[in-house]
Amino acid sequence: MIERRSALRRLIEVELPILVIIAFALAPYLWMILTSIKPDAELTRAPITYLPGAATLDHYRTLLGRTSFGGNLVNSLIVALGTVALGLAVSVPAAYAFSRFRFPGRKWLLVQFLTINMIPVVLLIIPLFVLMRKLGLLDTHAGIVLGHATFAIPFSVWMMTSYFNALPMELDEAATMDGASRMETLLKVILPLALPGIVTTGIYIFVTSWNEYLFAMMLSGQSVRTVTVALQLFIGEFTVQWGLLTAGGTLVAIPVTILFLVVQKRLVGGLTAGAVKS
Amino acid sequence: MMTAATGPRIREAVRPFLFLAPALVITAAVIILPAVQTLWMSLHDYVLFRPDDVPFVGLGNFIKALGDEVFWLSLVNSFVWIAACVGLQFLLGLGTALLLNQSFWWRGLARALVIIPWALPSVIIGLMWTWMYDLNLGVINDVLLRAGLISTPVAWLARPDTALASVVLALVWQGFPFFAVMILAGLQTIPDEHYEAAEIDGATRWQQFRFVTLPALKGVIATALLLRIIWVANSLDVILVMTGGGPGFATHTLPLYAFLKAYSAMEFGYGAALALMLAALLLVVVAGYVRRIAKEEVR
Repeated sequence: MIERRSALRRLIEVELPILVIIAFALAPYLWMILTSIKPDAELTRAPITYLPGAATLDHYRTLLGRTSFGGNLVNSLIVALGTVALGLAVSVPAAYAFSRFRFPGRKWLLVQFLTINMIPVVLLIIPLFVLMRKLGLLDTHAGIVLGHATFAIPFSVWMMTSYFNALPMELDEAATMDGASRMETLLKVILPLALPGIVTTGIYIFVTSWNEYLFAMMLSGQSVRTVTVALQLFIGEFTVQWGLLTAGGTLVAIPVTILFLVVQKRLVGGLTAGAVKS
Repeated sequence: MMTAATGPRIREAVRPFLFLAPALVITAAVIILPAVQTLWMSLHDYVLFRPDDVPFVGLGNFIKALGDEVFWLSLVNSFVWIAACVGLQFLLGLGTALLLNQSFWWRGLARALVIIPWALPSVIIGLMWTWMYDLNLGVINDVLLRAGLISTPVAWLARPDTALASVVLALVWQGFPFFAVMILAGLQTIPDEHYEAAEIDGATRWQQFRFVTLPALKGVIATALLLRIIWVANSLDVILVMTGGGPGFATHTLPLYAFLKAYSAMEFGYGAALALMLAALLLVVVAGYVRRIAKEEVR
């Protein structure tokens, strides 16, 4: 009797409210996917219908077959992978130095990496645009990757330092005893152990770069347009073609949703470590 | 081996900087240098299509802002935007976290699903909400009409009195999972014994929340709030996609105004000054956040 009452109480006090919240969190997403598989006839008819009468992949076919969207997806992939590569390549050694070496200015420098991550984007994009134009990097993948480095490097230096800090110093000492140089220690001993942290950081950089709009918009032109920029332009061009727009949105959203769900537990651990300690 | 004593010592001293060099060089090139250039631009009347004629105007751009009605409008909107977005994200996030901390059989699934809005690009968020707010074909008008809450469809994003609130709702949707996740992580560090002890003392559930949960969460909440204020204050892409700052100046915030001045009007000098004023206003929040994190993390 008491059992049943508390189960009912939990249903009303916990499960129902959380169900409402989950519905709120997922509804816009599901609505986008539903819209993308409805034929145009249903999309332009008022009053609106909720479930598609006849589901279709026409919008996806049109989008990939008749627009530049396929190329935009490739551009986004190249930029995001490039940002991950650049971000990790420079921040892993830097984070190793912050974690393992003691040198003057260490704390100060580490704090600066946190601080520059907070600089308003709008403060950087105009000079970056001017700089890239001078260097001839406007409308190239490399230019956008460098733009995305502004958030990728500080973030991954910070994340990787805390991952390295979690690995015991004795590992390095043992490797040094065996005659390994510092670089060898990093590559052969520390990196394999820090791999989960590196993968998490890499995926987070990938998602952030894939999702980014302002830098990509400022630094790209016709030739290396990324998906977020292309979609934003579509909104202007095909005002009423919501089928196409939502198909594009779905194609962009699904990969990052999956990646985010894969790393979410470890990412949350890394992001909140600093906040929860204390 | 004459330098046996000094050689290794120098190498020892230089080595950290060799490891740091690539990160420092790129950071200097893409962050520090542009930031300094912004400072320089803000002191000049720099307009893109007149690159050879860049007169020094001192604090002219900043003084111009003080007399600029749109600047003040944007500033007020920024405060409303930050307070509404962060406040509502926090309250909804706190509620979500408290619920997700209870035990029920599909809790793992719920915890995973709730973070999905966090993963999405701003452009997609702008796109899906613009579609839902659509005047004739939007699902929001349809639901409200069916429920009898409105009698005619509302052009949510085109009316000065509803535009800002409509964009705020989209950003609350995107941002509440962040608070939920941070606060949930904090909740999981509170030992059960604290609640048991409070229960023995006859504390009601509200008292347990007030005197056990909240004090334990103080640190997490402060850090999350500071981080989110910075993030929301700087964010302009969802607004840019949904309203472009309109109708009129109804959804202009300070970073958006700075961006539009620089990007659309090509007034780099004035845009730079506006961006710097935003940075200056955020300085206190950033300093607070950095100090909190540095104290905990930097050893």
